[in-house]
Amino acid sequence: MADSSLTRAIRWDTVVGALLVVVLLLSFGFVDGFGNALNLSFLIGNTLPIALIALPMTLLVVSGEIDLSVASTAGLSGAVMGALWNQGMTIETIIPICLLLGVVCGLVNGLLVTRLGLPSLAVTIGTMAAYRGIAQIVLGSDAVTDFPSQYLDFAAGRIDGTFVPYAFLPFLVLLAVAVVALHAMPFGRSLFAIGASEEAARFAGIRVKRQKLILFTLTGLMSALTGVFWALHYASARYDNATGLELSVVAAVLLGGIDFDGGKGTLGGAVAGVFLLGALQNVMSLKDVSAQSQIVVTGVLLVLSVLGPRLARQMSLARAGRRAAPTPPSKAPAPTS
Amino acid sequence: MTHPSDTGTAPVLALRDVSKSFGAVRALRDVSLELFPGEVHALAGENGAGKSTLIKTLAGVHRPDAGQVLLDGAPVVFHGPGDARDAGIAVIYQEPTLFPDLSIAENIFMGRRPRRALGRIDHKATRAATAELMLRLGVELDPDRPARGLSIADQQIVEIAKALSFDARVLIMDEPTAALTGSEVARLFGVVRTLRDQGAAVLFISHRLEEIFRICKRVTTLRDGAWIASEPLEGMTEDDLVRRMVGRDLDELYPKQEVTPGETALSVRRLTREGVFTDVSFEVRRGEIVALAGLVGAGRTEVARAVFGVDRWDAGEVEVDGKPLVNGAPSTAMAAGLALVPEDRRAQGLVMDMSIERNIGLTGLRTTVKGGLMDRGAERSRSLDWAVKLQVKYARIADTVATLSGGNQQKVVLAKWLATGPKVLIVDEPTRGIDVGTKAEVHRLLSQLAADGVAVLMISSDLPEVLGMADRVLVMHEGRLTAEIPRTDATEETVMAAATGRAAA
Repeated sequence: MADSSLTRAIRWDTVVGALLVVVLLLSFGFVDGFGNALNLSFLIGNTLPIALIALPMTLLVVSGEIDLSVASTAGLSGAVMGALWNQGMTIETIIPICLLLGVVCGLVNGLLVTRLGLPSLAVTIGTMAAYRGIAQIVLGSDAVTDFPSQYLDFAAGRIDGTFVPYAFLPFLVLLAVAVVALHAMPFGRSLFAIGASEEAARFAGIRVKRQKLILFTLTGLMSALTGVFWALHYASARYDNATGLELSVVAAVLLGGIDFDGGKGTLGGAVAGVFLLGALQNVMSLKDVSAQSQIVVTGVLLVLSVLGPRLARQMSLARAGRRAAPTPPSKAPAPTS
Repeated sequence: MTHPSDTGTAPVLALRDVSKSFGAVRALRDVSLELFPGEVHALAGENGAGKSTLIKTLAGVHRPDAGQVLLDGAPVVFHGPGDARDAGIAVIYQEPTLFPDLSIAENIFMGRRPRRALGRIDHKATRAATAELMLRLGVELDPDRPARGLSIADQQIVEIAKALSFDARVLIMDEPTAALTGSEVARLFGVVRTLRDQGAAVLFISHRLEEIFRICKRVTTLRDGAWIASEPLEGMTEDDLVRRMVGRDLDELYPKQEVTPGETALSVRRLTREGVFTDVSFEVRRGEIVALAGLVGAGRTEVARAVFGVDRWDAGEVEVDGKPLVNGAPSTAMAAGLALVPEDRRAQGLVMDMSIERNIGLTGLRTTVKGGLMDRGAERSRSLDWAVKLQVKYARIADTVATLSGGNQQKVVLAKWLATGPKVLIVDEPTRGIDVGTKAEVHRLLSQLAADGVAVLMISSDLPEVLGMADRVLVMHEGRLTAEIPRTDATEETVMAAATGRAAA
């Protein structure tokens, strides 16, 4: 947020951006095989699924909610894509169907949260299991790999003479849209208000439930899109595609300084968090760190990323406290109300 | 009665030339205060005058930079609140913090309950000791009742009982009446008098001047951290006291302008929300200030919430300028020209972590827009305009509202809503907990708005405010509208009679 107290204090998203630069420089210097074009395109390609879902996830967490079913939605989308392909449908028909399915998955989450007033953490843990289960019912243990080659080439290829994957370009467009939506549109402004104080937002005439429903739906849509991309990028549609991706997405978003309690954060920070995590995962793979150990590292990062911004804020508050007059400590709310 | 010091009684607790600074801010400058046993002493001053710092100094939270705290005439140094408590000093806050799931007795004897053999808690002794405390206070509260669900008034009684159980000789009450109804205040004052007669020294803080005159014998006034006077209240008028607090003559506290009401702006017909309020009908015309009076819990706030759309109604209808409002939709109510300054400014009126600029901007998300994007220049000038018009005191418009005093926070809420250019303004307890200077400003503002043709519906528990500002007084009792009293007939008696259901209207 552009509050001067925060801009003059340590900004966490700047810290993460700097950290990303440091990690990249160190990796270029000291990790064999990191700097070549092939590896860099792998890094970006493997990080794109996290990055795509992180866009709506950032908006969702800013508004004080979360969606843990994103990876299962992506898996379901891929499974349906594989099953329909086996049925002989054209890929041009299948992809819109998969995206529509993502919208439905997101709507279900959103309706459960906004209409029934259930906590999104619980709802989406439930649908995480449910969507993954449906994916398995749809496709069983098959792996569908024979998608049309021009699609596979687009999803896995890179722009001639560079390390930039084709798919990075549409991501940049989506990123720009998300940045504008969150940081320049009334919609985004209302999300910050909702995340910081849902009640005050409601009293200011903001349509809290509608905004949240939109966010869950968008998240479902982007998850399904990611599922399609995943199946094409790795040329494999399986029911267990993208398993555990929600952990990476949430870790990256929180690492990027989006406050888990809502109301604070920037998309720039979130994207820096995404690519920091992607770079670390890439380096660990190059160093032959096992997948299990990588999950441990991601988990630890998740905890640190919740801790880090808080410490930063506390330090800047302490600084502000020494500089300015003490505001009277807010009276503790009566616990029996 | 003569003044206690005249009779040779020594002050039980005193401050002598105490100063306290926080950074560059001098919160207290050479302040002196004497509290005598058997006397209720008022501490008066506007928000930011140093009252809180003084209380915290007495309670051992702050240590003075200069000057002394005297206990029974001897200098003492409190190293923390525990020291002050052990010395017999207790502070009762406006909003007590009890453990909701523990009983009243358990709350009072938290951490030091009577034990039986083998360290087992003696429930019987705890209960008996609590009952005895309640007897001393002359209050009937069941020791076994859980704290959850107790009114704030009852919670305060529990806190006072807890203070007594520590053998407190000095009781500091920080705005204890701010959230109480008239009858609860009366009961609290009964308790205070009982304690006073038993020899306790009481320091009483309230923004309601009439309460100070009702219960206190002497008053110490602070202004901008400086000691202004300590004097008997006898012979003083409210205006005298206000002058000492504000440092100048305050224009009228209730500057009501005479206005000829125009056409109906807000029309509420047979509005019902089951179990909350029933069959509420009234109208507010342009230029009118209509007060909605009643006891806390009578359903006034709930009616306002339903009219604005934050809650749904079950039956009835609401019209603004003849156009019906959609049930449960604040955004359409706003678009129709309705504004609500809610009861709880910290939770409902403001996003505390957001800047002044953006809080005011929240009601302009539809208007300060250019090509679908926020027009930041327009947003800033809109917010600045209204912050200046309402004389909000702030350092930077980008500061969070949490850094402002209560009165200035309330002005930001008003700014936020006035910036929408409302036809109908509903204000719920517009001056609760704000100092007398700001209160007069808010009243002048409401009066001016009405004169400019805005229809104002004012919910207030502050009877002088209701009588001073309203053209008509609507009174609610237990979810129903029980009386409509024109300005000329409205007195404390008629309003209270309707509010307590004593008179059939």
